[in-house]
Formats: sequence, structure tokens, C-alpha cells
Amino acid sequence: MWMIEIPPFLPFFIGALFAAFTRGNLRSAILIAVPVLSALHLWMVPDGIHLQLAFLDYQLVPYRVDKLSLMFGYVFHIAAFIAIIYSLHVRDTVQQVAAMLYAGSGLGAVFAGDLLTLFVFWELLAFTSVFLIWARRTQRSYAAGMRYLIIQVLSGVILLAGALFYGAEHGTLSFEFIGLEGIAGWLIFIAFGIKCAFPIAHNWLTDAYPEATVTGTVFLSAFTTKVAVYSLARGYPGTELLIYIGAAMTCFPIFFAVIENDLRRVLAYSLINQVGFMVVGIGIGTALALNGAISHAFNDVIFKGLLFMSMGAVLQMTGRINGSDLGGLCKTMPKTTVLCIVGAASISAFPLFSGFVSKSMVMTAAVENGHEWIWLMLLFASAGVFHHAGIKIPYFAFFAHDSGIRASDPPNNMLLAMLIAAVLCIGIGVYPSALYSLLPYDTGYNPYDATHVLAQTQLLFFSALAFVWLNLKGLYPPELRSTNLDFEWIYRRATPVLLRNVFAFIWKADHSLRQSFHLRMDYLLAFVARRHEGRISGLLSRTYPAGSIVMWVAVILATYLILSFMTH
Amino acid sequence: MDNERKYFFDNPNNIKRLLYVFYAICILLLLMEFVIHRHISHSWENLWGFYPVYGFIGCVVLVLVATWMRTFLMRSENYYDDGNAVDAENNSATDTQASTHQTSNNKTGDSNVDD
Repeated sequence: MWMIEIPPFLPFFIGALFAAFTRGNLRSAILIAVPVLSALHLWMVPDGIHLQLAFLDYQLVPYRVDKLSLMFGYVFHIAAFIAIIYSLHVRDTVQQVAAMLYAGSGLGAVFAGDLLTLFVFWELLAFTSVFLIWARRTQRSYAAGMRYLIIQVLSGVILLAGALFYGAEHGTLSFEFIGLEGIAGWLIFIAFGIKCAFPIAHNWLTDAYPEATVTGTVFLSAFTTKVAVYSLARGYPGTELLIYIGAAMTCFPIFFAVIENDLRRVLAYSLINQVGFMVVGIGIGTALALNGAISHAFNDVIFKGLLFMSMGAVLQMTGRINGSDLGGLCKTMPKTTVLCIVGAASISAFPLFSGFVSKSMVMTAAVENGHEWIWLMLLFASAGVFHHAGIKIPYFAFFAHDSGIRASDPPNNMLLAMLIAAVLCIGIGVYPSALYSLLPYDTGYNPYDATHVLAQTQLLFFSALAFVWLNLKGLYPPELRSTNLDFEWIYRRATPVLLRNVFAFIWKADHSLRQSFHLRMDYLLAFVARRHEGRISGLLSRTYPAGSIVMWVAVILATYLILSFMTH
Repeated sequence: MDNERKYFFDNPNNIKRLLYVFYAICILLLLMEFVIHRHISHSWENLWGFYPVYGFIGCVVLVLVATWMRTFLMRSENYYDDGNAVDAENNSATDTQASTHQTSNNKTGDSNVDD
């Protein structure tokens, strides 16, 4: 059947083209139809490589289908579908076209069978998504988008360099297990790491996502980091270094999340924390751990999308997103409140919610493989994520002190999108077998045994108890209008200030050097003038009329002219 | 008019009741440990109340450390915005409340630019 040859990014790119030239309901219909039809098509596609072509000496595979890429392909379709419904009310061609291209690029990347194709989609992800940030049309979003773009493109350039080295070392560009060997292995690892928001390379995420548009952030949260997770799962499973990087990623962002005021930035930090769990799973690299990492990526796209959607609804309806400005919204936004709590329960991994059935696999794999300190860190991070994403987000937005804002629930399309995500969160949590059957490995894992359910529930309830206790004691840090310094300070403040000072010093030194030279020249001229009153001073004197030299030049030119006539 | 309405959480007694239910669940969860036969994969899990204690202490430490981090990480809201003011370096945490101009907070980016 010819249908089988269609790689899933094509429908999205074509959809983007149509979206650019249509308006109103027709555009809405096209936007919705694309992910639905493409998903149906993908569902029929059997495993295996579907598209190959030769480029120079290399075999390129722009479309490769196996269980790993299918998993991400499915969830990207779900995410695109939900986010498109969420943004149906938006009348902004830039955003809608960029969103379609972005989703298509994400799909292109996870079905890329070689490093060159991966690189192309890697860069497309950056160039298409940045418009979702710029579409906010503020000075801040412009600057944040610029920083985002620079870092993303840098990651792409490193990937390209790595791919070229890889091609030279191995004689092939096919994207399989890479491993940390040679320059190529490290370069590609760093490229993936930047997009994956590894520590100290993480600030592009917390910087840009909260500055994007209400609907743009929902798209952004789904694709970029998950493409990086997919790439790591493909190229670096079982790399021990990833365990430590991932564990660091689960722990450090939660401290920032606790004191952050912008609730969408809190979610950005918790996004890094969740990706950390996946990175640990990939680092452990056993069948169970990889299953955990992949299924957690699947679930995270949905529940993190739900949380970003609920906070987007708050921003849309109130025009505010700082915890210090919000509170008491549950009175007039009851539906959003409930849907947000479903997302919060899912990310916190409450039993019967989606996070529980996937995160537990990574935890179990960590303890079974003897990484007990890592396991303790993950346990701490689980309690912490509940604390900031599970409690703080809903509490400061919808409860806490009454801010006096009486905003209503958002438009129906936004509510519907959130409802779909919430149903999926609970559905996967209650009936995980459906999700497990899609996973690459069959491990026979069952999340719902009494020990595990009790342990997780205890952990979460006593974390909540800590929150209640700290709040009653007045020890909980209040939400304050503030910026918290993070690693980005190095490139947003320290480097510019350092450069400014260095250049100021150089200009100053240069200026004084010139001045002292001038001074000396003056002295010299004065000296010469005094010593040789008659002869040399005539040549060097400043009072000598400038007109005379013009005359001499004219004489020389005239001589040239005459000479050139004579030689002819 | 809407402000006159009484909502569920406006009544402090309702919040108190909710908290009592919550405390009861916590105690129940602790007691369940004696009832449910647990199979464990690590010796630490043998300790009585390992998960509850770890969760509670973990969160308290998290919040206290994060609060302490504010003392050296917190700057004014527009810290990165005024690029020329290098003096902002010296701004202490106290004047964050005083920041006057609110920048882009009110722009949601969902304006209907097409029409």
C-alpha cells in the first residue's frame, strides 16, 4: 500500500501550509484533522525501516519505525491533538503555523533513522518553536526567544559536528547505539544533553518556556525535551554517567521551584525534575529501567501538558501568573481547579494516576541494580515534586489567600483539551496494561502491589503533612515578586558585565596611550623646531601652508601624465 | 455581587474539618504498616515508618534549604531587564517588594492578531 510510505512529519508540514492560507473554521478543521488522520495512519504502520535513500557515500534513513520511535510517535500525536484543541480560539497565523511545523519536526526527529536527518529536524525544532515564544510579542519574550534559539542552534551545530566525526569513525551515519567513545560519542552526547536540559545547560528551558504564549508553552513542553530523551534512549542506554546526571536533575530544580514565583516557571523546573527520572532510567539501561523511562516520558507529555494548560488558563483569564498575585481562584474557576489537581496528582505519582505506573519502574530498577543512594535521591525528588508541583501549584493559584480575582473558567475548547488530558492521566493510571503493551520490552511489571502502593501513599501524605505543618507554623516561604539567580546568571549578567568592564578598561588604556604618544610627539616637534630654527623646521613646521603640498602633488601628477604620453 | 457569596473555603471550620480528615488518613496509613505484609527490596525499608519519616523530613529540609537559598539568590523582579544598571548587583532581597513597574505580566500573547 502506498500509504505506508508517508512519514508522519509530512501531514503536519502540509497541514501547516494549509493553515497559513485558510482562516476561521476551515483552518480549525484542518488543524484538528491532521493529527487524527496521521495517528490513524501511524497505527497501521508495521515495524521496520520504511524509507531509505543514498546521499553521497552514506545511506540515509529518513523514516525508521520500531517500538521505541512508535512510542514517542503516538504520544506526540496525542500531545499535538490536545494542544491544537487547546489553542483553537487563537487567531494568530504565526502561532498556528509554527505549532504545526514544530510538532512535525518533533515527529520527524523521533522517526529519523540516521544522524543527518536527525540533525535537520533537530534544528527545525529550534527554528519553528522559537516563534511560539516570540508570538507573545513582548520585549522580554523576544530576548528570551533569542537566547533560546542561540542555545538550541548551538546544540544542533554540536550534533552536526558529532555526526560528521561519527561518519568518519564508523563509515555510517545510521542512528543506533552510540556510547561514550571517541570524539563523536561525546559531541553527540553533549548535543543531546543541551536539549535534554542537563544541569548548567538547563536554563534555556526555565528562561524561555514561561515567556512563551499561553498555548505555545503547551506545545513547547511536549516536544523538545522528549525528543532529547528519545535520542538518549536510542544512543546511550546503559551509560552510567547518565544515572548521576539524571539524579542531579531530579533534585536541584525542586529547590528553585519552591522559591519561584512565576507558576509556569515552577512547572518548567519540575519539567527538568521529571526528565531527570527518565535520564536515570536510560542510564541504568535494563529492560525495566528503559521501559520506565519511556513510559514516563509518555505520561509526562500528557500530565505536564495538563498542568501547563491549567496554568495557561489562569494566565489567560486573569492576566497574571505570579503566585504572589493569585489565590482563591477555585471559587470561580472550579473546573480548571479540578483538572489542575488531576495533573498535580499525576505528576506526584499518586496511585491510580499515570505518574505512578511509570515512575515506579525507574525507582524499582534503581534499587534492584544496587544504586541505593540514587534511589534515595529519587525518593527525595518524588516527595519534592509533590511538594512544589502537586501542592504548591494548585494551592497558590486556586486556594491560599483570596486574591479577590473573580475570573471565570476558560473557553470550552481549552476546558475540553484539559479534560482529554485528565481522562488520559486517570485512564493510564487505572489501566496501565494498555500503556505497557506498547513498550519495547516485556517485563511483566505490576505497579499495583500492596507494598508499593502503601509506600508511595505514605511518602506523599507525609510530604503533604510537612507542607501543612510548615504552613501552620508560618515557616513556609511566602511567594515574593523576585528573580532567583540560577546558572543563567553567568551568561545573562556576569559575562556581559565582565566584557563591558574589560572593554572599558581597554578603551581607557588605549586612550591614555594615544594621549601620551601625542604629548610626546608635541614635545618632539617643539624640540626639533627649537634646535633647527632654519632648515628642518621648514620641513616639519606646522605653520607651513597646506596649499603648497597640494601644488606639489599636482606637479607630480602632471609629470606622470607627461611621462605616460611619452611612453605610448 | 459575586464577592458576597460564601464559598466552601471561606468558612474556617470547613478547613479545620478537612485537616482533621487529613490527619486521620495519615495516622491510618502509619498503622497500615502493621497490617499489610510487605515484601521489601532494601533493608532500609525494614525501618518502621521509613517512607513517612523520609517524606516528612525530606520536605521540611527541602523548604528550609530553599528558604535559605533566597538569602543569596533572590534579586528584584526586573533584575535582568535593566541591563544598564550594574548597580542592581547590590540590590538586596529586601527591596524586591518595592519594584514598581510591572513589565510584561499582563500580556498573555493570545491576542487575536489576525483580525
